[in-house]
Amino acid sequence: MSVIKKFVNTWGLTELARGLGVTGRYFFKKKFTIQYPEEKTPKSPRFRGLHALRRYPNGEERCIGCKLCEAVCPALAITIDSEEREDGTRRTTRYDIDLFKCIYCGFCEEACPVDSIVLTDIDEYHFESGETGVVTKIDLLNLGDRYEAQIASARQQDSAYR
Amino acid sequence: MLKVEINGQQFEAEPGSTIIEVADNAGIYIPRFCYHEKLSVAANCRMCLVEVERAPKPLPACATPVTDGMVVQTLSDIAKQAQADTMEFLLINHPLDCPICDQGGECPLQDQAMGFGGSSSVFEEVKRSVDNVDIGPLITTEMTRCIHCTRCVRFGEEVAGVMELGAIGRGEDMKISTFLGTSMDSEVSGNVIDLCPVGALTSKPYRFTARTWELNGHKGISPHDCLGSNLEIQEIGGVVKRVLPRDNEAVNECWLSDRDRYSYESVNSSDRLTMPLVRRGENYQEIEWAEALDLVSSKLMQIKETWSGKEIGAIASPTASLEEFFLLQKILRALGSSNVDHRLRQQDFRDDLAAPVCPGTDVSISKLQELDGVLIVGSNIRKELPLISLRLRRVAQQGGEIAVLNPMSFDHNFATTQEMIVKPSMMAIAFASIARKIAMATGKEDLLPIDLVELATRHEFGINVDAIANSLIRNGTDALILLGQIGMNHPDASTLRQITSWLGVNCGIRIAILPDANGVAGWVAGCVPHRLPGGHSNSSPGLNCKKMIDQRLKAYVLYGVEVSNDYSDPVALDTALNEAEFVVSFSTFRSAVPEQADVVLPLAAFTEIDAGYINCEGVAQFANAAVNPMGQSRPGWKILRVLGNFLKLAGFDHVSSKDIIAELEEVYDLSAPISVRYKPDLQAINHVVTQSAEVKNGKQLDRIIDVPVYSVDPTVRRATALQSTKDADTVALLACAEELEELGFKHGGQIAVRSETGEVMLPVQPDERVPRGAVYVPAGLSETSVLGSLSVVMVQAME
Repeated sequence: MSVIKKFVNTWGLTELARGLGVTGRYFFKKKFTIQYPEEKTPKSPRFRGLHALRRYPNGEERCIGCKLCEAVCPALAITIDSEEREDGTRRTTRYDIDLFKCIYCGFCEEACPVDSIVLTDIDEYHFESGETGVVTKIDLLNLGDRYEAQIASARQQDSAYR
Repeated sequence: MLKVEINGQQFEAEPGSTIIEVADNAGIYIPRFCYHEKLSVAANCRMCLVEVERAPKPLPACATPVTDGMVVQTLSDIAKQAQADTMEFLLINHPLDCPICDQGGECPLQDQAMGFGGSSSVFEEVKRSVDNVDIGPLITTEMTRCIHCTRCVRFGEEVAGVMELGAIGRGEDMKISTFLGTSMDSEVSGNVIDLCPVGALTSKPYRFTARTWELNGHKGISPHDCLGSNLEIQEIGGVVKRVLPRDNEAVNECWLSDRDRYSYESVNSSDRLTMPLVRRGENYQEIEWAEALDLVSSKLMQIKETWSGKEIGAIASPTASLEEFFLLQKILRALGSSNVDHRLRQQDFRDDLAAPVCPGTDVSISKLQELDGVLIVGSNIRKELPLISLRLRRVAQQGGEIAVLNPMSFDHNFATTQEMIVKPSMMAIAFASIARKIAMATGKEDLLPIDLVELATRHEFGINVDAIANSLIRNGTDALILLGQIGMNHPDASTLRQITSWLGVNCGIRIAILPDANGVAGWVAGCVPHRLPGGHSNSSPGLNCKKMIDQRLKAYVLYGVEVSNDYSDPVALDTALNEAEFVVSFSTFRSAVPEQADVVLPLAAFTEIDAGYINCEGVAQFANAAVNPMGQSRPGWKILRVLGNFLKLAGFDHVSSKDIIAELEEVYDLSAPISVRYKPDLQAINHVVTQSAEVKNGKQLDRIIDVPVYSVDPTVRRATALQSTKDADTVALLACAEELEELGFKHGGQIAVRSETGEVMLPVQPDERVPRGAVYVPAGLSETSVLGSLSVVMVQAME
């Protein structure tokens, strides 16, 4: 019996027909391919992408140089130097994040007492040479200025769960 | 012994001890803020409340003496609740911005709030805020953080002996402040930073530059005085961020002088030498190490071959390490010269051959406070050895008598019972008179050398001498005579040392003959012309540093010496260097290099070397390198070791600094106790009468030569915060009002001070501490360097 069945299946190309059937079904189904970069998937407000340093609405940088993010960073990606600014406040003179070391765990954001260092939802960035993998304080502040609306709304959306 | 039960465990306790002491000894931690074992009990923070059986309320453990059969609970609900409530009260007015506070991470308040506090507070009202006060360049205040434990106030009152901080107001209005808005100028003021349990008092140079948890600590030893305070040098990424004391009851206890605490600043300065330099015409050019050492060795060999090894002389800074002293003298002696010395400010070398292996103290540092009587001869002890002064203060507090024989009435932080102020030229005579009185009182007058008797009878000093003598020999008195830097660098220093030793040998008085900085190591390592390493006598003694310079050698090796500040007679040294054929300067700082240097070798700073130091008690202590040497600078011992190889000398194969110590230990036991008594030497007892060569305009006066506290060595002189303190602001002539009047000085004018070598115009401060016939002109400053080392100067008032 099985010999006959095998014979028919083999010479009747039934498997090919079944396979083409699957293909045909999907051919007429609604497509779910995202046309990146024209189209993008939605992101969670908790998405952990590129870092940014935020400012207060009056333009003052939030970061107070407490170095808690540097201490908590499991990948040792953050390097901070601090000093007393002329107005007597504790401020950073250097705030570098090595994006090659960073594992995007978000601990720095958790540790920050003033919501200064945050992870934005930016996941599209590249480096053209090795040394550009380190983002500096100015870069981070600029990122913060540019994406403040997104950063603020993401934190607003997540605030109920924190 | 009393029996006490704490947390169910039985302990034995001394009668009179408090609960917290018993618990600390047993390793049971009771939280505290105001209690400190070195300070009196204030019991005002209430954090150490514990439950005591049959007591109606929780009791403060720091102020409750134990009784026999006492049962204490430190972990019961009542005790824990009392502590949590106290913590809630303390935090009512304490800001909760730990992330920006420099104390964060090492804060007892932070730690104990976590350990013993509650998780929330019912306090909803407004917090108190207090204005900060500016208390000088060393300490920052953030008075809102203060919890009124008064540790800083009690430190000033009890330990430092200067009431600089006090509590003003009561209750919520209580403030810690300097009384009249003045700065804190004590030489040990930095200790309040360590004492402060919150971030109210923090270090100004360190402010906001690092967090405590990222600092790496290394063991260091202070090179600035002969106490050898133990340091905790803390760095991140090769940059020294701060220096803290390392507890050592035998040396510095838990304190540190400001000089030791803040001198690290110069180590990070831009004035550091980072490459070897060679002179090309007028300018210096950076060269490689091999080239530089090749040049030095070929030049030294050339001088040795053309003239003789004896034409080479080396003078080393007394702050150099044991290893450096040892290798320096080894190179010089291998070149056939014993011209090596580290006693840069000493002027009288007559007693060299009578000297013991090294100077130092007869009594161990930790026993100083147990003395009954002390005579300080020629020392501004408070600035010279701040922490020894704190121990002497305890002598005075416990009823001991402290007498002083000085050329000027320096401010002490202890009460003196007798003070004998004579002008410098009378020092030896005055000391001889005291010695004679002591000899008479102890029946040893017959043993007194005749020259000493002669000296003693030159002048009648009156009743003061008897009182001083009595205070030292009263029945059962454990007394000490302490000869300090002013005495050691006096033109009559040999006489002063002879008298001190004579009293030590014959009258049962302990003696302390204190060298400059790491001088004991200099002696032990053989960095003196008349002694080999280990103090063994030298059959062909070389020239001491004074003779080396007076005799104009062909080549000089300057080891860490800054010409205008470190040597007693900068003018003579300058002339000698001008005439020398070859000068090599080992220096840490660019600006410390003399312009005559042909080759400059960059030395690593004290934080960058493995180094041995021997303190005045004869205890060898070893420091570890905290950071890598800056740029191409190298530890001195490595430079000298390789220089030895370049010179093709035998025995320069040391791989580590320990090998050098091992080589020294073959001839000297570093663990052996030292003897500091000089052999009797009648030649040395001879009063030198110095006079200015020509008497022209003005009046001839004795010069009181003293090096201000923050001018002692190149490292301290470049520490910016220390240099902005009041103690560093010293370029002025001090004289008593009558003397100034006699000179015709009018207020606001200047005074010209002349010696054979030069003249300098100095601002004047009338100062009643200076005796008649003398003026105080600070040494160790570039401003006064033209005056040379003469102890007599011509003084004339100018318009």
